[in-house]
Amino acid sequence: MRKIIGIILLIIIAWGIIISLQEIPFGTSRSEVADYYINKGIEETGAANIVTSVVVNYRGLDTLGEVTILFLAAIGLGAVLATIIRKEDRKTVKASLILSTGCKFLFPFVLLFGAYIFIHGHLTPGGGFQGGAIIASAFLLMYLGCYKEKRINETGIIISESLGGLVFVIIGLIGLAVGTHYFLNNFIPKGEFNTLLSAGIIPIIYVAIGFKVGSELSKIIELLLEES
Amino acid sequence: MDFLHNYIYYIGSFGLIFIGIFIMIAKRNYIKVIIGLSILDTGVNLFLISVGYINNGTAPIFSKSAIEAKNMVDPVPQALVLTAIVIGVAVLGLALSLGIRLYKHYGTLNLQKIKEQKW
Repeated sequence: MRKIIGIILLIIIAWGIIISLQEIPFGTSRSEVADYYINKGIEETGAANIVTSVVVNYRGLDTLGEVTILFLAAIGLGAVLATIIRKEDRKTVKASLILSTGCKFLFPFVLLFGAYIFIHGHLTPGGGFQGGAIIASAFLLMYLGCYKEKRINETGIIISESLGGLVFVIIGLIGLAVGTHYFLNNFIPKGEFNTLLSAGIIPIIYVAIGFKVGSELSKIIELLLEES
Repeated sequence: MDFLHNYIYYIGSFGLIFIGIFIMIAKRNYIKVIIGLSILDTGVNLFLISVGYINNGTAPIFSKSAIEAKNMVDPVPQALVLTAIVIGVAVLGLALSLGIRLYKHYGTLNLQKIKEQKW
């Protein structure tokens, strides 16, 4: 019964969507906002990657809200799982020497790759979110490979997460105080185009986002692995 | 055929969205509902990306001076999807933690066997 109702509902929705989408031409023109960002983005923000300049500079306030949602999700996950009584030590088999040594060998390189991704966020496809996810995957590798031996330092995670958020907000507020008075105003000189030290505040904020996202996602991984 | 060629991205993304909604309506297992939510998330992201696509377009990155601005795809949906993916991961983690809690409390993940629910 539920399946029949679901199929009827979906057919109605699909019919409405087909009718409305036929009016929109596919792949021919951009919106005016996109034209503005692409044509003026280089001189206004100095970043080679237009997506980065939209995420961090033009729509930076949205990114702040989005980082807050991630923070709230991590907090909520901790609150939901905190009251569960922990089982006694599960029977875990120690991983073989090859696996644990391989994980320990790969761990710093994965961290380095994540750092590369978020430092070069304004030049190449990449940025704080992707780099943070790669860093979290490095911690996941450590948990899967040598679970009992190595643990994440919890105060370290809390400190890096709070520092990332604070740097983001403080740089945005400085931009509010200096110059043309809007949040995340690019007050640092932009430097030479398409080099590492360019685009003013964008690399700094992306490094902060990278730390924040990386520590939050690894905290989520840690909670889910410990409590299940 | 022309219709397929023009709208293949929309058809694919809405196919994923409808599969996700159907799983969420029809299935009774909580884990399967979460899988449906995840598929729906992917479909929405694909739809947003394909709205901003331009025929024969390039990524909006001025990594070489030879790249022209008029061929670039729309950067706004890409920025939106960039953040939406991370949000999706966080929501997935929260939903899974609720599932752990549900299983510890009721001993089942079948949503019809949980007595106190209203729906």
